[in-house]
Amino acid sequence: MEALGYTRTAIALHWLIALLIFVAFPLGVYMHELPLSPDKLKLYSYHKWMGITLLMLVAIRLSWRATHRPPPLPATMPSWEKLAAQSVHVLLYVLLFAVPLSGWLMSSAKGFQTVWFGVLPLPDLIGKDKELGKLLEEVHEALNFVLLGLVIAHVAGALKHHFIERDDILARMLPFLRRNS
Amino acid sequence: MKNWIALLLLCIALPASAADFTVLRPQQSSVAFVSKQMGVPVEGSFRKFSATFKVDPAKPEQGRARIDIDLASIDTGNDEANQEAAGKAWFDTKSHPSASFISSQVKALGKGRFEVIGDMTIKGKTLKVRAPFALEQKAGALIVAGSFPLKRLDYGIGSGIWSDTSTVADEVLLNFRFTLTQ
Repeated sequence: MEALGYTRTAIALHWLIALLIFVAFPLGVYMHELPLSPDKLKLYSYHKWMGITLLMLVAIRLSWRATHRPPPLPATMPSWEKLAAQSVHVLLYVLLFAVPLSGWLMSSAKGFQTVWFGVLPLPDLIGKDKELGKLLEEVHEALNFVLLGLVIAHVAGALKHHFIERDDILARMLPFLRRNS
Repeated sequence: MKNWIALLLLCIALPASAADFTVLRPQQSSVAFVSKQMGVPVEGSFRKFSATFKVDPAKPEQGRARIDIDLASIDTGNDEANQEAAGKAWFDTKSHPSASFISSQVKALGKGRFEVIGDMTIKGKTLKVRAPFALEQKAGALIVAGSFPLKRLDYGIGSGIWSDTSTVADEVLLNFRFTLTQ
């Protein structure tokens, strides 16, 4: 018999990642407009620590997913919807790697190494390069807006299932919402 | 003509013996620093500086040096930070355009290492500093290179909100490298 919901581990990882995105994204938008100050340096560091934490959680989540099959989509779902849902998931995973990675590379190119929680220095994967740093800043920003679009599609899909189709898709990630046992 | 006058003045100012290295090669010289921001070492440098040296590698203890750094030429790797560094809270380059180091004594530390003691003036404040260095002769040039820590708040560099050393550490490491010819 197939499981109805995700495992507790998958659920915990999903919501932790969601929380980090919902904090790190607006923080990123806010902080880069600030005039240079000690607070700005602090916020940049917090943002980078969150990004690296997110990258690690996504890696754990993907390896967990590889060994624990997610519950199947309902058989009643039209195949185009299944395809759409799966495509958004694949792209979300790609972006969840690409977004923090582009930030990490941008920091290295700008000559500001990432030291996780001020304790663990991450290697600079590329050398200091001002022009590359500017380019990566734009890449990081563009990828973030793609991620924002995907998150909106993901959330809209989940809400559509819960409030329009009235199925248990959302309950797979929020077990207390389950309607049919 | 002007060049000749400059050369003449230089000869008067620095009565150098044949063995002395006195001419700076700016392209092969650097004045750089490493500051710690949120625990992260960040490199920067000063693009413009001048120096007058008189060093005989056979008698380094008699060497003399004066270095003047154009503080507005700071390169932190970030335009916004460069502007901030030139501002009142940091170097205040409008009132104090340059920093200087004037040596007073050179001591041998053994194993080809030396220490220069001198007066460092930044932002109108003069303090005695000691900087260990090494000498290296390469292809007819003499390289004087070393590094030493400096406490930025001793000179009032980064005042006001920036005096919080948990974001930008008090200690800044200065790395210098001067390539001299005869």
